[in-house]
Amino acid sequence: MITEYLFWFLAFVSVFGGVATILSRNPVHSVLYLILTFFAIAGHYLLLNAQFLAAVHVIVYAGAIMVLFLYVIMMLNLNRLDAEKRTLIGKVTSAVSAGLLLLVMVGVARGGSEAGEAPAESIDAGLVENLGQVLYRDFLLPFEMASVLFLGAMVGAVFLSKKELNS
Amino acid sequence: MNTTAHLWDYLPILIMAIVALGFVITVMALTHAVGPRRKNAVKDDPFECGIPVQGNARTPFSIKYFLVAILFVLFDVEVIFMYPWAVNFRELGVFGLWEMFAFMGLMIIGLVYIIRRGALKWE
Repeated sequence: MITEYLFWFLAFVSVFGGVATILSRNPVHSVLYLILTFFAIAGHYLLLNAQFLAAVHVIVYAGAIMVLFLYVIMMLNLNRLDAEKRTLIGKVTSAVSAGLLLLVMVGVARGGSEAGEAPAESIDAGLVENLGQVLYRDFLLPFEMASVLFLGAMVGAVFLSKKELNS
Repeated sequence: MNTTAHLWDYLPILIMAIVALGFVITVMALTHAVGPRRKNAVKDDPFECGIPVQGNARTPFSIKYFLVAILFVLFDVEVIFMYPWAVNFRELGVFGLWEMFAFMGLMIIGLVYIIRRGALKWE
C-alpha cells in the first residue's frame, strides 16, 4: 500500500523535523526544520482526507506563522555571548515547565487512545464545499467564537505594544 | 485506507513541488560550480563599496514590525474562513450571509480599534 509507505515516510520526516527543531543550536535552523515539520504535517492531513486543511496549513503555518517566528528570532538578542548566559534557575524553570507540558500531552494521548479509532470519513469530506457545509451549519458557534478570538488577539497585540506607540 | 487511486490526483502538485525545489537546487549548484570564488576580507564585507560596517546586524528592532506581521496573520486567517463560505454561498442562503456579517462585524470592530489606537501609524 502506497499510502502506508507515505504515512511512515511523513511520520519519519515530521518526527525528525521536530527533534531537529529543538536540538539545533542556531534558532534560524530551528525555524527551517519547523517548516519541514509543517510540510510533513500537511502531508498527514492529505492522507486523512483533509485537503482544505492541508492547503490552509501550508499557507498559514508554513507561510505566515513562520514569518512571525522569524520576527521573534530577530527580536531576540542573538549575539553569541548571550547564549552562554543561561542561569541555572532559568534552566530548571524551563525544564519543569516543559516537563509539565509533556505530562499534559501524554495524558491527552493516553486518553485519546482509549476512545478508539475515529470513524473513517469519506474521501471528499475535507474538500472545500463539504467542509463549508459542515462548518457553517453544524459548527456555527465555534466559527463565531473564532471571530471573538481574533478580536481578542488584535486587542492584545495592540495593547502589548502600546507603550512604544504612545511614546 | 482506500485512497490509493485518489493519491494520483496530487500528481500535478507533486510535479510542481519537484520543479520548484529542483530549480532552486539546480541554480544554487550551478552558481557554486560556475561562479568564481574570491574570498577575502574586503569581498566578504556586507557593503563592499559602502561605508564601513558599524556594530552588529543582530540587534533587537522595533516591535511595530511584529505588530504589523501579527495583524496580517489574523486577517489572513479571516480571509481563509471566507473561502469555504464563498464556495457554499448559494447553499447557505441568507442565513449564511448574516452569519458572515456577524463574523465580519467583530473583525471590523477590531480593525477600527487598531486604526483608532494608531497601531499602524509609522512615524
